[in-house]
Amino acid sequence: MSNKMHVKLNVNGEDHEFLAEPRELLIYALREKLNITGPHVGCETSHCGACTVTMNGKSVKSCTVFVAQANGAEVTTVEGLGNPDALHVLQENFKEHHGLQCGFCTPGMITRAAKLLEENPNPTEEDVRFGIAGNICRCTGYQNIVKSILSAASEINAAKEAAQ
Amino acid sequence: MIPAAFEYYRPTDMAGVIALLQEHGDDARVIAGGHSLIPMMKLRMADVPHLIDLQAIEGLGGISIKDGTIKIGAMTTQHEIINSAELEQAAPIMKEAALQIADPQVRYMGTVGGNVANGDPGNDMPGLMQCLNAQFHLVGPEGDRAIYARDFYEAAYMTERDDEEVLTAVTLKAPAGGFAYEKQKRKIGDYATAAAAVQISKENGKVATASIAMTNLSDTPVWSEAAGDALIGTDCDAASIKAAVTAMLSDIDPTEDNRGPVAFKRHVAGIVLGRAIARAWSRA
Repeated sequence: MSNKMHVKLNVNGEDHEFLAEPRELLIYALREKLNITGPHVGCETSHCGACTVTMNGKSVKSCTVFVAQANGAEVTTVEGLGNPDALHVLQENFKEHHGLQCGFCTPGMITRAAKLLEENPNPTEEDVRFGIAGNICRCTGYQNIVKSILSAASEINAAKEAAQ
Repeated sequence: MIPAAFEYYRPTDMAGVIALLQEHGDDARVIAGGHSLIPMMKLRMADVPHLIDLQAIEGLGGISIKDGTIKIGAMTTQHEIINSAELEQAAPIMKEAALQIADPQVRYMGTVGGNVANGDPGNDMPGLMQCLNAQFHLVGPEGDRAIYARDFYEAAYMTERDDEEVLTAVTLKAPAGGFAYEKQKRKIGDYATAAAAVQISKENGKVATASIAMTNLSDTPVWSEAAGDALIGTDCDAASIKAAVTAMLSDIDPTEDNRGPVAFKRHVAGIVLGRAIARAWSRA
């Protein structure tokens, strides 16, 4: 029953192959097999969204995907959005607007926000709150997260206009 | 958090799924979006030695609308329901309800088929499907069959689906008139304390047809024929709504849990139904 399977994942543009039990959750494959430790585990009931990654174009809670199901998938984590030398516009704005304190929800929050802005580039405050409702934060009270995301949206849109 | 070990299969056709279900019986389960099954496996409340993933099977997804009949493949996600302009046009109650289910991440994965086949009275789509008089299509070793949503639910987690069958699609006639899905919940992503699905059509200022179903107020969804009948022929005034609520209250059987005691749930059921009827009528 504990037969391992051969798993292929493309994470943040890089191909990975490893052996894993089918029951291994995607979050643990990322964190423990691939050492991609931005996505976190905040619950065991699929509520908190700290493990959120983008899988095949969808925001998913990687604690609720077996690695067997993810086999062959393309995954983006917060590490794939930007790095300390070249922050993603969302990362820059979370910093600027104090959209994090302990930082534990932040990787999931930013990964989710990136997908939200891709699908809805001009969200209202209500759209943002509803759009991140699958991500729980214990520290910020959400206000500054909403500010960070709205500000990032404006910057992205201004950059798009300037480019045209 | 840690599920028990299982054998994983990703068949590419339904014959392969059925063969696995026949071979392993009770020890096998299909997995769609995984957002009810995996949480249960993580808590070791579901024991699934053989897990059959439906993701590689062609023809289980997609929404098609032809001659007023809507067909929704079982693997269609809540996200796809919300974003289908065609479905919003034909049956706008689907989007209104789907937006009240779970949260964005869960809606990208969770499917219509999983929601209706799960058998948890907390799920929202079963009552909605009863309201809309949808049919569920099953395929099994003996072939295909269809069952009305109103006949599908027996008890909590008990449905008319046999262990060797897979729910492949939902079909329904595009509903007429006004609609509402009104759900009272403690927070985003919670199952309903009480919810009501209402579809009403209007002719000459009177209610021509009315269908009412309630969510999470019994061990199954509850289609209240009497509540709908109480509205027909009326102009949906306060007295008629009160009559519909009274009729509905005879059909539900809520149990106490941390969403509240029975008396509270019955009170909330009346409130959400009254609101749903008023909103549906205003749109009829």
